[in-house]
Amino acid sequence: MIKSFYLLKKDWHSELRTRYAINALAMFILVTISVILFSIGQEKTSEYLTGGLLWVVIFFSAMSGLSRAFVSEEERGTTLTLQLLAPPSTIFSGKLFFNIVLVFLMNVVITILYAILFDSFIINNILLFITAFIIGNIGIAVSSTIIAAIISKAGSKGTLYPVLSFPILLPLILVLLQLTKFSIDGKSFEDSYAEIFVLISYDVIMTTASYLLFDFIWKD
Amino acid sequence: MTNYKLTVDNLTKTFGRRIIFKDLSYSFENNHIYGVAGRNGSGKSTFVKIIANIISPTKGKVSHNINNKEIELEKLANHIGFVAPYLVLYDEFSAIENLYYFCKIRGIQYNIDFAKLMLKDVDLYDRRNDLVKTYSSGMKQRLKYAFALIHSPSLLILDEPTSNLDTYGKDMVYNFIKEYGKTKLVIVASNEKSDLKECSQIIEIENYKSL
Repeated sequence: MIKSFYLLKKDWHSELRTRYAINALAMFILVTISVILFSIGQEKTSEYLTGGLLWVVIFFSAMSGLSRAFVSEEERGTTLTLQLLAPPSTIFSGKLFFNIVLVFLMNVVITILYAILFDSFIINNILLFITAFIIGNIGIAVSSTIIAAIISKAGSKGTLYPVLSFPILLPLILVLLQLTKFSIDGKSFEDSYAEIFVLISYDVIMTTASYLLFDFIWKD
Repeated sequence: MTNYKLTVDNLTKTFGRRIIFKDLSYSFENNHIYGVAGRNGSGKSTFVKIIANIISPTKGKVSHNINNKEIELEKLANHIGFVAPYLVLYDEFSAIENLYYFCKIRGIQYNIDFAKLMLKDVDLYDRRNDLVKTYSSGMKQRLKYAFALIHSPSLLILDEPTSNLDTYGKDMVYNFIKEYGKTKLVIVASNEKSDLKECSQIIEIENYKSL
């Protein structure tokens, strides 16, 4: 666990110097939100549509930045160095923690910008939204990390990442859309137990499958 | 003193239909320097990568033993030091930062005095705070020796150890090999006769054609 923390620290330190992911993410968030704002214009949009568009921004922003965790190591040729430093489980944990930090930072910024810029984005059950947001972000981070590990070994990384991510993240995004709708409607926690349970199950299954699979991906 | 033993049993590696090597069986013990020789493309680097647990063999087994007890794969990384021209360190960090992260990610104590001593040994002490991207290829190769030795491994694997080095750098490497081979296990893979001059035994890997 401590070794993974230092890998996260190394990645964060490296990110601050190279700006591999942060710049791409910041630009993508700005551009996507601006495009949505311009295309809506003075039109009155429903709360559900605005809530849905939030997860569209989050999904595509994740696609633009989260693959860097492994792709940057592969492109710089430092994968071998990592293989010599620690066992696969430590490497995966370190990269996962880095992506969790990045996902939370990215999605907090997106949600705050969204709340400021879109009048129709009104959440009536904030606690339910925050719960779905936290569990959902962990799910996005886990899925993105393992997909990034898989595509880092492939030739056409840029195309493959969204293609592979879409079917894997689709069930998660659908449940998150449902829970966002519930929180806009102000539904109680009791009414949302089934969806929250699906989210937790998704996180547990993806985390377990990722740790089992990573050993095979990591070694050629 | 620790007794390190490496055993390679019926090792075969194929890439698709191409056989790299077949049924290699050797035993390596500490206090010795072994050489791995062979023509270009014969599989020297593949062989040392399998020994270092970087890639898996197609068939066969590699076992690392310390005092007659097999080392678990999860803990193997801390027993191996590896230097190769295709190994890349972090360009965006300085030499001292690289060594700090290498120790911490390995889960070993980071001793700044020892790190400085290592950098003095590879003649990079004066440039320790400069980013690695400003180093020449020879300096980067010397830093790899600090990377390989910072955790005092029992097994040192050197693939083309003098690549990019000048005469001074080569002498430094030969000295490392000689000194390390007195107490630890050293495996040198190279085409250069001068790189293999300290080896007590040389393994010749043959070129295989196809399946």
